[in-house]
Amino acid sequence: MARITASVYTSHVPAIGAALDLGKAQEPYWQPVFAGYDYGKQWIKQQKPDVIFLVYNDHATAFSLDFIPTFAIGTAAEFQPADEGWGPRPVPVVKGHPELAAHIAQSVIQDDFDLTIVNKMDVDHGLTVPLSLMFGEQDPQQGAWPCAVIPFAVNVVQYPVPSGRRCFQLGQAIRRAVESFGGDLNVQIWGTGGMSHQLQGPRAGLINREWDNAFLDRLIADPAELAQMPHIDYVREAGSEGIELVMWLIARGAMADVAGGPAPEVKQRFYHVPASNTAVGHLILENKQ
Amino acid sequence: MSLHKPYKDIPGTVIFDAEQSRLGYWLNQFCMSLMKADNRARFKADERAYLDEWAMTEEQKQAVLDRDLNRCIALGGNIYFLAKIGATDGKSFQQMAGSMTGMSEEEYRDMMLAGGRSAEGNRKLGEDGDAQAHRQPQGKAGQAKTGDKH
Repeated sequence: MARITASVYTSHVPAIGAALDLGKAQEPYWQPVFAGYDYGKQWIKQQKPDVIFLVYNDHATAFSLDFIPTFAIGTAAEFQPADEGWGPRPVPVVKGHPELAAHIAQSVIQDDFDLTIVNKMDVDHGLTVPLSLMFGEQDPQQGAWPCAVIPFAVNVVQYPVPSGRRCFQLGQAIRRAVESFGGDLNVQIWGTGGMSHQLQGPRAGLINREWDNAFLDRLIADPAELAQMPHIDYVREAGSEGIELVMWLIARGAMADVAGGPAPEVKQRFYHVPASNTAVGHLILENKQ
Repeated sequence: MSLHKPYKDIPGTVIFDAEQSRLGYWLNQFCMSLMKADNRARFKADERAYLDEWAMTEEQKQAVLDRDLNRCIALGGNIYFLAKIGATDGKSFQQMAGSMTGMSEEEYRDMMLAGGRSAEGNRKLGEDGDAQAHRQPQGKAGQAKTGDKH
């Protein structure tokens, strides 16, 4: 059967993508950011996932205000890197996994989560920056991402966004869906966005190192309790865009311990300020075999 | 029953909720149009004429012409949509975010390098943090203002 072997958590700051694409990764400003992912790059080469279920948010790219799906699953065979106004990132096309995506959509909807099914969309930095961080630079034409990716877009732009509790429950439903898939697949689930940041108003630039680290502690040790935290706490403590962190709870909810299994192993934990306007957080949790 | 909006008491922050989205629909859709190179070129050639093609309020059009992002946000704009204007102008996200604080680009960048803005005093209206209304604009622009007063 297919199984979720690990979860990866990371910020998806657009400036990280720009730094990579413009060859600035070795500059003193960026070097400490990328160093935090050196371990993950080696780790994932050994893990060799077949599919990544990648939870992210669209930033007014594929979804304008014409329609605003709360949870959208990408079921297409491929997804093009989007032009967000600066030109598309020079990264390979993202190959999907339509069979598993369709299976998850059916299972999760029957489990009371009313997903929007998306057969055509471009993917923005929210999805491609985490891939670049974990897989390194890839030639847009000659290169390829080493595995299939199922994009899962969450509305965290227009309030109200889904609650942490709902996200955590959804992760559990995704786990059940993956495990009921017939094929033998090594699946990872990634939660992206955050950590503390605010991009608007006189309060722009807010960073809360202490709160972010407490979030990481709780995400590892007691995610069910963390999932009860109301939106207002995220906004007040981690900035208006810090709300993206609810997406990490989807990935965390899909881990084995939440379904009664053993606690996951913490393979990597990293935190750095700043990347542009944002605090960068990164975790790797591996299910015990 | 009225809606629960506990986020109205956070200083220097407008939460983009369904109400703001309704107010800002055409402003944000105008921004979205700038993702196409042809539209960017037409907007740059004659900003006023391009804006007049959209069902935006006069206030919204003026805020765009002034590149007053705080005003755009108050009138229903969302930062991810407004970022398309910044991209058209060749501005980074950090330059855009900084412009809303009154700080110079360098001051804002230095604040981020020093660990960012503290949440202390900036959690609720009525506190004394640097994001509170009575402490705007920030940075040297604000010091100059205070200097005039004393």
